[in-house]
Amino acid sequence: MAVAAEKKRPGATAPLPANDSSGLSETAQHSLLRFITCGSVDDGKSTLIGRVLYEAGAVFDDQLTALDADSRKFGTQGAEPDFALLVDGLSAEREQGITIDVAYRYFATEKRSFIVADTPGHEQYTRNMATGASTADLAIILIDARKGLLPQTRRHSFIVSLVGVRHVVVAINKMDLVGYDEAVFDRIAADYRAAVKSLGFTSVDIIPVSARDGENVMRPSAAMPWHKGPALLPLLEAIVVEQETRDEAGFVLPVQWVNRPDLDFRGYAGTAARGRARVGDAVTVLPSGRSSTIARLITPSGEASNAAAGQAVTLTLADEIDISRGDVIASAASPVPVRRELRARLLWTGERAMLEGGQFVLKLATQAVNATIGALDHSIDIEGFKPVPAQVLRMNGIGLVTLRLDRPLATLPYQESRDLGGFILIDRISNETVAFGFVVAEPGAGRSLNPAEALGTADRLRQARNRLIGAPGTPDRRLWWSAVSWRLLSTAGLFGAALALTGRPGVSGVLALGDLALRPTLRGLHARLWQKHPSAALQDGAGI
Amino acid sequence: MIQLSHLQKLEAEAIFIIREVVATCDKPVLLYSIGKDSAVLLHLALKAFYPAKPPFPLLHVDTTWKFREMIAFRDETAGRLGLDLIVHVNQDGVRAGIGPFASGSRVHTDVMKTQGLKQALDLHKFDVAFGGARRDEEKSRAKERIFSLRSAEHRWDPKNQRPEPWQLFNTRKHKGESFRVFPLSNWTERDVWDYIALENIPVVPLYFAAPRAVVRRDGAWIMRDDERMELAPGEVVETRMVRFRTLGCYPLTGAVESEAASLTDIIAEMRSSRASERQGRVIDHDGAGSMEQKKQEGYF
Repeated sequence: MAVAAEKKRPGATAPLPANDSSGLSETAQHSLLRFITCGSVDDGKSTLIGRVLYEAGAVFDDQLTALDADSRKFGTQGAEPDFALLVDGLSAEREQGITIDVAYRYFATEKRSFIVADTPGHEQYTRNMATGASTADLAIILIDARKGLLPQTRRHSFIVSLVGVRHVVVAINKMDLVGYDEAVFDRIAADYRAAVKSLGFTSVDIIPVSARDGENVMRPSAAMPWHKGPALLPLLEAIVVEQETRDEAGFVLPVQWVNRPDLDFRGYAGTAARGRARVGDAVTVLPSGRSSTIARLITPSGEASNAAAGQAVTLTLADEIDISRGDVIASAASPVPVRRELRARLLWTGERAMLEGGQFVLKLATQAVNATIGALDHSIDIEGFKPVPAQVLRMNGIGLVTLRLDRPLATLPYQESRDLGGFILIDRISNETVAFGFVVAEPGAGRSLNPAEALGTADRLRQARNRLIGAPGTPDRRLWWSAVSWRLLSTAGLFGAALALTGRPGVSGVLALGDLALRPTLRGLHARLWQKHPSAALQDGAGI
Repeated sequence: MIQLSHLQKLEAEAIFIIREVVATCDKPVLLYSIGKDSAVLLHLALKAFYPAKPPFPLLHVDTTWKFREMIAFRDETAGRLGLDLIVHVNQDGVRAGIGPFASGSRVHTDVMKTQGLKQALDLHKFDVAFGGARRDEEKSRAKERIFSLRSAEHRWDPKNQRPEPWQLFNTRKHKGESFRVFPLSNWTERDVWDYIALENIPVVPLYFAAPRAVVRRDGAWIMRDDERMELAPGEVVETRMVRFRTLGCYPLTGAVESEAASLTDIIAEMRSSRASERQGRVIDHDGAGSMEQKKQEGYF
C-alpha cells in the first residue's frame, strides 16, 4: 500500500475523497452538524443526550452493562438505567450528579454525523458553555416544563447568540411530569419566543419532549399527538444550517507556519478562513501591505488549482516576500482591515476580575499581540440583555471594552468572521485564558446602535468618579478610604500635639491644615520621582 | 461553493492542530503506538508539512510485550518514510522483572507505559507529545481538551483545564510544564477506518482476520505471541479466525472472532457491532474511573 506524502507530487498518491468512496461506511460523505445542549441544573440535559445516543444506536452492549452497574451505584432513576451516567464522565460529576465540564459525544444516523457538546448549566461554568457554543451550528436549550423560563434560560440564550449560533431548538422537557399538557407547552413556547425576539436567531424550533421516557426524541410521541412538528432527532437530521458566507467573501489565509524544507520551496501553511483561492490570484500580505500572486496551492488531497474556506492548505507566492506566522494573506481585491485599537465584547473567564489598564496577550487566528484594556464602556446584564454601567468585569461577566494593541492586527467583526473576529486574552504571568473576545464593528459605522449612548449624565459622572477613587466595593475604593481616614487621623494628631505644645488653637489649626494640604502634594512629587513604572494592576486585578 | 464532507472537516482540523503545535512549541514528539490511530495521526502529520517531512521524531514507549508483528511494522514504517524513531524501554521496570503475568496489568501498565513515557519525555526534554487518543474511546477522554496541560510531574488536573473556544489554543506554558495534544479528539472509530480506507493508509495486519493461535483466558481470546506466556492447566492453544480491534500488549489485548479480512469487511462489521472498541482492553476494567486515575498520574 502507498502512503500519501512520499517524495512525489502529493496528487499522485493521495486520491481525492470524491474519487473512491466504495466500501466506506455511509458516514464518510455525510454532512456534519455540531450542536450544544444547554439548560439549568436538573433540566435533564445529560439524560437527553444519553437518550439520543441510545436511540441512535451509539451505545454499545458493554457500555450498557457498565451503565447498569453505574445506575445502581450513582443513579437517580431507581432500578431504571440512568442515561445521564453515559455522559457524565468525571468522578466528581458522577458523585455530584452534575455536569462540570464540556463533554463531547459523537454519533451518526443514516442521514448525518453529529458532534454534541454537552455543556454545564451552572452559572459558575459559563465559560465551558461558551466554549461548547463557539464551534456549534445549533443549540438545544432545555426548559423544565414544570418550571418554565428561568433566568438561566435567558442567560444561555444570550450567550448562544453572542457566540454566533443562529439556530435554536428549545426542548421543553419533563412533559411527562405535567401530564403532557398542551397548554403548558403553548405558554412556555410563547414566553420563549417573546424573550428572545431581540437576539436575532435565524430559526427557533420548539419541541415538547420527555427525555426519560424517550417521547418525541426519535419519533413523534403518541402521548402528545397535538404536537405537529417533527421529533427531535429527525429535526436535527433535516435542519439546514447555512455555512457562514465564508465562501463568497474574499480569500483570507492566516499564516500558521512557514514551510521551508529547502531553498527551492517556501510555502505558507494555514487554514483558509474565508473565500476561495485560485492559482494566479493577486494577494496582499497584511500588515505589511506587500503584494504578489499565488503560484501553487497544496491541499490535503494534493496539488490543486483552487482551495476553499475551511481547508488546511499550503501555498507559494510568485515573489519572495518576507512573511512569517501571524501575517495574513488576503485577496488583493478585499484586504482585511488592520487595526491598532479594537472595540470588542469580552466574556471574562479569569478567576480575578478585569480592571482597566490590565495588559494581556491577545491571540486571534494565528496572530498574537500585546493588548492593554483601555476603557470598559459598560457591562451587559445577560438576563435582561441590557447595558449597565460597570467598572470591573468579574468571572462570567460580559462587557464592551476598548483594547490598545502594541502591533497592528488584521481583523474583521465577529459577525462577519468567527475566525478573524474571535480572540482570547491570556494572562502573561499565569498563562490562564482570562477572556473570550468578540470584535465589534467599528464605531462610526453603527454609532447609533452603540449601547453606551444609552448611558445618562448621572452614569457618566459615576464613571468619572469611579475612575478617580475606585468603584464601590472594589479594593481601589477601600484603598482610597483607608488613605483618607489615615490622612484625617494624622492631621488631628498633629493638631493635638501642636496645641499641647503651644497652647494656641489658631497656630495649631493653621499648622494642621497646612500639613493636610502640603504633604500629599510633596509625597506625590516624591513618588513621581521614584515610581517610573506604576503597576497598580498588580495589587489585585489580573494582568500586568 | 465547496461543501467539505465530515471527514474533510476532521482532516483539516487535525492538520491545523498539528501545525499549531509545531509553530508554537519548542520540542514536540509524536507518540507512535503503532495502532490504527497512530497510523492516521502519522499520515496527517505527513500531509501537514508536505513537501517537508514532519519536523519531529516518533517515540514508541515499548513495554517489551507488544505483538511481534507490531514491532516489525513499526520499524518498516519508520524506515520507509525516513523518519526518526526513538524507542524507549523503562529499564528500571525490566530490571525489576515487571510484566503483565508477573505483576498484573495494573502495575505493568503503570511502570512500563506511564512511567516509561514520563522517563522518555524528561530524558529528551520534549515539551509536547502528540497522541492518537479520541474522545469517543472512553468517558473521561470525552472531557479532555485537545491541548491537555500537564504539570512538571506530568499530572492532569481535570478540574483546571483551559477553555478552548473556536480553534484558539492557548499554547503558553511554564518551564517544566508540557502538553499532550490530541489531533484526533473529534474522530470516532468509524471515521478512523473510513479514513484509512479512503487514503489507503497501511496498518498492522493484526487488524484483519486470519487463523491465529489463541488461548481462552478470563473470557478473552489471547494470542500466544511468544513462549513467555505459560499455559495454565487445562488451557489449550486453538487456531481460530480472529482479528484485533485495538492493539496493545499482547497478553492484555483480547481478539474477537471475525471473518473480516479486508477494510470493507471491517467497516461493515463495525457498523453491525454491538460491542465497544475498548471491550477487549483489560486495563480499562481495573475499576470505575480507572482511566481518569491513570490520566491524572500521567498516562496519555
